[in-house]
Amino acid sequence: MLDTLLLSRIQFATNISFHILFPTITIALCWFLLFFKIRFDQTADPIWMRAYRFWVKIFALTFALGVVSGITMSFQFGTNWPGFMEKVGNVAGPLLGYEVLTAFFLEATFLGIMLFGSQRVPQKVHTLATAIVALGTTMSAFWILSLNSWMHTPTGFEMRDGVVIPTDWLAIIFNPSFPYRFFHVLLASAITASFLIAGISAYRLLHGDNKRAPKMTLKVALTAAMILTPVQAFVGDLHGLNTLEHQPQKIAAMEGVWETEKGAPLLLFAIPDEETRSNHFEIGIPNMASLILTHDADGEIKGLNEFVGKHPPVKPVFYSFRVMVGLGMLLLLVAWVTRLTLYKNNELPNWMLKVLVTLSFSGWVATLAGWYVTEIGRQPYIVSGVLTVKEAATDIAPENVAISLALYVIVYLGLLYAYLHTIFVMARRAVEIEEISDQLNEQEQENEEKSILLNSAVTKSTVTNSLDTNLDKKVENDHV
Amino acid sequence: MFDKETLAVIFVGLMGLSVLMYAILDGYDLGVGMLLPLDNQQHADIMVASIGPFWDANETWLVLAIGLLLIAFPAAHSLTLKALYLPATFMLIGLILRGVAFDFRAKASFGHRPTWDKLFKLGSLFAALTQGYMLGMYVNGFDTSLSGYLFAMLSAIGVSCAYCFIGATWLVMKTEGELQLKSIKTAKRTLVIAFIGIATVSATNLLFNPDIYAKWFTFPNILFLMPIPIVCGALFALAFMLLKRLQKNPHTGAGFPFLLCILIFTLSFAGLGFSFFPYIVPNQLTIWQAVAAPEALNFLLYGAIVVVPTILMYTAYSYRVFWGKVQELRYY
Ligand code: HDD
Ligand code: HEM
Ligand code: HEM
Repeated sequence: MLDTLLLSRIQFATNISFHILFPTITIALCWFLLFFKIRFDQTADPIWMRAYRFWVKIFALTFALGVVSGITMSFQFGTNWPGFMEKVGNVAGPLLGYEVLTAFFLEATFLGIMLFGSQRVPQKVHTLATAIVALGTTMSAFWILSLNSWMHTPTGFEMRDGVVIPTDWLAIIFNPSFPYRFFHVLLASAITASFLIAGISAYRLLHGDNKRAPKMTLKVALTAAMILTPVQAFVGDLHGLNTLEHQPQKIAAMEGVWETEKGAPLLLFAIPDEETRSNHFEIGIPNMASLILTHDADGEIKGLNEFVGKHPPVKPVFYSFRVMVGLGMLLLLVAWVTRLTLYKNNELPNWMLKVLVTLSFSGWVATLAGWYVTEIGRQPYIVSGVLTVKEAATDIAPENVAISLALYVIVYLGLLYAYLHTIFVMARRAVEIEEISDQLNEQEQENEEKSILLNSAVTKSTVTNSLDTNLDKKVENDHV
Repeated sequence: MFDKETLAVIFVGLMGLSVLMYAILDGYDLGVGMLLPLDNQQHADIMVASIGPFWDANETWLVLAIGLLLIAFPAAHSLTLKALYLPATFMLIGLILRGVAFDFRAKASFGHRPTWDKLFKLGSLFAALTQGYMLGMYVNGFDTSLSGYLFAMLSAIGVSCAYCFIGATWLVMKTEGELQLKSIKTAKRTLVIAFIGIATVSATNLLFNPDIYAKWFTFPNILFLMPIPIVCGALFALAFMLLKRLQKNPHTGAGFPFLLCILIFTLSFAGLGFSFFPYIVPNQLTIWQAVAAPEALNFLLYGAIVVVPTILMYTAYSYRVFWGKVQELRYY
């Protein structure tokens, strides 16, 4: 039987991994929506509104998944890590509290107006509501990442009776690793959203959608990706330097360095082995790791052997880091090649579109890999140097945790399937909807849609399923 | 800077406010969810549209309530949630299902719609029942004897009926025509059950809990406490009469039953709060024993003083934007 500690860790990792998939998209997607909306306000070109309408539906769905999985997260701290709140609650609590007060209410309330209010408030107010939701999601990231960064690089506190007491809130909020983590995560979100928009737009084009909207969103998304991927590599490098200063054992695990050495190579591939405390099958670029991390080809990098018993498990950190950086480089390449091709030919060959479709959710993989590097790299601590994971664990019966974990896994797998399926259904449906330019026609079309909808609802039991799906394809189903 | 004692009272007050806001706001939309008809697509669409712009913000009050418990009374948080681990998990699953079903039902193909509707209804029912169950368990001090479980079951049914009642009065206010008439009938029926439920739970609570009995039936407490149940009963009667009148003329005063329902919720909550104060975990832990460090709470309080009124203001604004009878929801 697995013990409560291990089960709690698996459950926490499962829940947060599921949760982060959705914020990663919503944070940046909302800024894209704001961009579409502002362009519409400026140009009155209906194409921007069409882009907004299509993507706002995907946003709504993603947001809903983010909210429900987030609520689960806020219960986890108390249920599975009571020791965490007992020891560092005086720091963690207020940061979480500010997140709820300044971010969650803001985004949740204005979301209603953003999604359903455009006929009920002036256009300016609707644009403002979109901006507020975007701001809310970003604020939410600000607070939670401040807390998470503090857990990696704790400052601004003293210990009293074995409990952390905050002494300097500014030092806590803007702790040493926070700026790097905040920008790295925001950029990760922007890259994830860019490739999602590019991928789904490419999917629509491949399915014969000859409207202007998907072409335009493809262009916008690839432009963003082209600019942001190199910036991400740069910020990631700075992030690594910061980590070297505060958590050298994590860097040693990321780079697979066992003995402290000068002029360490950058390992492209290796199989780290904790038994023998060495690597097998190393392929590396000589001196490169030292160059990147110390900006000196002969710089010294501390090895894992200096931290025996106090460093994280090497394999997951080492591999996850390579997945993230590898994908980062791949996305950079793809963004530049496709964007330049688009610039030259004003369209993309089918194979490039297919590559983009394949990469639609690649941002998720890189983001998760990045988080695994960061979080597993903090082991055995839950708060670096202050509290170990073991001390924080709960003493609930393992059966209970096993039951809840099994339930979550089943529900999450179902939801993930439904989410991906629905996004592609929506993309296919969008392909078949007529593009109607003037407002009047659009109104008529809507009325017609409504009557089809009603009919289909009334005769539902008599028509066959295939007829249903036919109707389904013709009607853009905008009713909630 | 406030001291520890004052902070404990302020934060338990804030927490009470968010629990009450949650019970009222998510109460009506869980109620609407439980009442969702599975055989009438048109009515289902209108009902869902009536809560569409609000459910997310409503649920945020739960996040705030749990957050405040975690932040201000961490020991109580882990004690309570450890004891209620499985029901809390079931509640979260219920909330997950109804939250996503809400969005998926609009976007999935027609073939899948009935499935999402069922999940929506089931998720709402699940969440309401488990919340009532947890309330019952909490009130009886996590009593795991047979009578303890029976009381918790009773509370589960009582809370679900109360949610159905407030959901039905919400629909009376927000809908028209056939659906409104149907909702008036439902409201009358659930009113009776909710009344019996609340009365039974309160009476049982008094009988099983000598401390609380003593608190209520001593002089001078009895003078200002007795009005609570009396007014509550009168409000129920008034709501019943109003609903009867609405059956004949549904055009004026359709909002009053909902308003009365809010008052009933508030009074019941005040009664419950008074019964247990100053305990944060009944019979085990007082707010002063459980409260977190003043350094932390003062820092949060500065923000809360500015932010909570702002939240109430923009919440009011959002209700004003969607004021009046429901219209079809569309993304533009
Ligand atoms: C980098 C961003 C980020 C990270 C690391 C987390 N979250 Fe999150 N969370 C968000 C970004 C976000 C968001 C963008 O604000 C969400 C996601 C989608 C959404 O709709 O709002 C959200 C929603 C969300 C909600 C629902 C809010 C509502 O009702 O509107 C809760 C309770 C949490 N989260 C709690 C947590 C906890 C306890 C986390 C850590 C352990 C956590 N989140 C990690
Ligand atoms: C959002 C993306 C995140 C992901 C994907 C993620 C991933 C993980 C993983 C995989 C673990 C397990 C490590 C292990 O047991 O070896 C973990 C642990 C943990 N993380 Fe995160 N994390 C994220 C963000 C956060 C944030 C924002 C916080 C808090 C503010 C946080 C707090 C914790 C805690 C309390 C643990 C438990 C202790 C542990 O098992 O190490 N995480 N996380
Ligand atoms: C291309 C070069 C990249 C470099 C050099 C880089 C560098 C890093 C480093 C050093 C960390 C660990 C931080 C720590 O010590 O805790 C990290 C974490 C992370 N990375 Fe990257 N990264 C790159 C690309 C990406 C990409 C493309 C994404 C996603 C789209 C991404 C998402 C993340 C995330 C979500 C984390 C965890 C949060 C954090 O600690 O910032 N990274 N990255």
